[in-house]
Amino acid sequence: MTKWFKSGAPWIWMTGGAVSLSLVAVLGLLLLIGWRGLTFFWPHAIYEWQISSAEGERYTVIGEIHDREAVPLAQLRGSGLALEGVTSDTLTRYLVKTGNREFVQLDFRWLLETDIVSREQPANLAVFERSNHGNFYGYVERVLEGDSVVGGEVREQLKERIDRVGELNSQMKALQRGEIGTINFELEKLRLKQRRLELDGEATDEALADIRIEEQQLRADYQVLEKELFALREEARRDSVVVRDMRGQEVTISLGNVLDVAWPNDMGLVAKTLHWFKEIGKFVSGEPREANTEGGVFPAIFGTVFMVILMAIIVTPLGVVAAIYLHEYAGKNNLTKIIRIAVINLAGVPSIVYGVFGLGFFVYMVGGSLDQLFYPESLPTPTFGSPGVLWSALTLAILTLPVVIVSTEEGLSRIPSSVRQGSLALGATKAETLWRIVIPMASPAIMTGLILAIARAAGEVAPLMLVGVVKLAPNLPVDGNFPYLHVERKFMHLGFHIYDVGFQSPNVEAARPLVYATSFLLVTVIVGLNLTAIGIRNHLREKFRSLDQ
Amino acid sequence: MINVATTMNQDETLDISRLTREQTALEIRGLNLFYGSKQALFDVDMNIARGQVTAFIGPSGCGKSTLLRCINRMNDLVDNCRIEGEILLHEQNIYGKGVDVAALRRQVGMVFQRPNPFPKSIYENVVYGLRLQGINDRRRLDEAVERSLRGAALWDEVKDRLHENAFGLSGGQQQRLVIARAIAIEPEVLLLDEPTSALDPISTLVIEELINTLKEQFTVVIVTHNMQQAARVSDNTAFMYMGELIEYTDTNTLFTTPAKKKTEDYITGRYG
Repeated sequence: MTKWFKSGAPWIWMTGGAVSLSLVAVLGLLLLIGWRGLTFFWPHAIYEWQISSAEGERYTVIGEIHDREAVPLAQLRGSGLALEGVTSDTLTRYLVKTGNREFVQLDFRWLLETDIVSREQPANLAVFERSNHGNFYGYVERVLEGDSVVGGEVREQLKERIDRVGELNSQMKALQRGEIGTINFELEKLRLKQRRLELDGEATDEALADIRIEEQQLRADYQVLEKELFALREEARRDSVVVRDMRGQEVTISLGNVLDVAWPNDMGLVAKTLHWFKEIGKFVSGEPREANTEGGVFPAIFGTVFMVILMAIIVTPLGVVAAIYLHEYAGKNNLTKIIRIAVINLAGVPSIVYGVFGLGFFVYMVGGSLDQLFYPESLPTPTFGSPGVLWSALTLAILTLPVVIVSTEEGLSRIPSSVRQGSLALGATKAETLWRIVIPMASPAIMTGLILAIARAAGEVAPLMLVGVVKLAPNLPVDGNFPYLHVERKFMHLGFHIYDVGFQSPNVEAARPLVYATSFLLVTVIVGLNLTAIGIRNHLREKFRSLDQ
Repeated sequence: MINVATTMNQDETLDISRLTREQTALEIRGLNLFYGSKQALFDVDMNIARGQVTAFIGPSGCGKSTLLRCINRMNDLVDNCRIEGEILLHEQNIYGKGVDVAALRRQVGMVFQRPNPFPKSIYENVVYGLRLQGINDRRRLDEAVERSLRGAALWDEVKDRLHENAFGLSGGQQQRLVIARAIAIEPEVLLLDEPTSALDPISTLVIEELINTLKEQFTVVIVTHNMQQAARVSDNTAFMYMGELIEYTDTNTLFTTPAKKKTEDYITGRYG
């Protein structure tokens, strides 16, 4: 036994065990959120249940099984159910998503095993994805164009017409985002121009008349576009479909409202896989609907990546310059040591504190002063004096600054003095040596700092809630209107989206799979950002392999 | 006793105790050097002959490298280092007020113990000093690269891969590259600090032959642990012990008929 201990084998087992435990933890996390998130997009079977409730009612329920759980009999009896003749200890209870939100009170309901008379999986049950009121389940009866019934194969007709609506919808979106958006932007600029003239006391009749003419021109353009938009909307509403729902009633749904239709019970594996990819694509590239519980998360992905990149652009030069001063120029005395310790300890400050600081300093002080100086015409509406993506990036830059400083310093200290001396001996000054030799050689370490900074910043939510993140941002921080980058705008963030969907949503059951999917996406985005940075670092490492290797 | 006569390639014999101004590259006058309170060099006085190879020998810690690094003010980089006395280059004290250290180092090049190429291509290594001087004319740089690499006996080995990373070269090639880099800026004096101590015997031989050709253009000062090397490559040798210059004369005399007991003890291997 003693011999076994001396051999070091237990030590190896212990250390190996620690590694496996970490691996299991990481893989478990990824698998859980990946599985829960990605299976959500898989086309689930739609069932039709015949229910006979304890009160003797008989009715039909159509929907997807969302969850199931085993409930102890005692608990059910305790809640007032008689359940005579049941012998098993537990009963299965299904959580069913029934959709059809406008006709039933709750689109999720529990079905108890004993109440179920029969369960079928009819091939012609259809699920409609709609732009409001969520999914609709039912049997397609007929397709209408205007008021007349369309002949031919119902499914093909329906798909064709939904594609047409999709086409019209994207035209409408382009019109709203593009030309109409630009006109609104121009109108706002005109309003501000007028306000500025008034503030400066230069609002002569001529100038005002000019503005009015321009404004009228814009409004005229606007009206034309608006008509075009209404026409498109009318076009999209032309067709409708009659569906028989689970109450047995026929419901007419305007196709202008329908995004997609599918018959999941009738799909083969290939069709299901295709459908799955399509759904994931829509999730990644689409915009959120219905208080974020439906639709995609593209604005959140964009906001996260944009903010992180902006932060990287701010933090890298700042951190590198600070580290160079600390390592190369500052005297090696106690003051430097204290500064260094203070910088390292900054990394330990809770992030929400940075958020408070960002709100107080950046948003109110800096932003408020900027508004007073450069945007007096739009006051009291703040331009920079309210939370926005720039302030978020700056706050996170301060939050991650210590990481960049520490790893840059480490990188600087690892550069062999022989190389520095080689440069100095050729007549280079210290600054030239820094620029031409030292900083390039330290660049892999700088990248390491940046990687750590990105990893931390991309996952940070708490401070952002104070300095710029919102539940729903109407516009991306980048668009086609001058100056194209609007860093004062608020933005959406995947981390905040998870919180919002999971805990602030009116429909928690519907949103839960989206929490997993969004989490998985957030992890993917962070991993993607990091892999890019790691790739760059490895390239740099190869280029600046140091002498002792 | 080491046989020097056969390996020495002295064309003219100079008496280094009576050098004329033209024959003198450097004058070291009363040099004392302190690391903090510890004195490392004691009152060193010597003239270094122009166009010849001068070797500093002595046991470890005797101050020979320290003395060498005084000549291009590399000791400035050491904290707590204080220097008294003067070193004259063109009758100017290099420790005088208002001396441009970078300019001095362009006149006094240096090659270190271990090869220290920059993490750049062979070409960029050689032209580094020239680019520092703001020379970016492609033709001039190309010429300088070929001339320097030929001067360092490396041209034939690397002419086809000038734009590959310098770390791909062997240790001996790297050291010759570093020499090429130093001579590319055409210094007057070239300081070699144990340039072969990290190299294998064959590379050492190549570098030693190179030193013999270098003295046609440059004044070479070399620090070496290896007495045979000093005997083979140098014209004049200084023996140092415990921070003092014990004996300094032409290599032949120093190795055959040393004047001081300590020198004799060292070169006969009684300590060191």
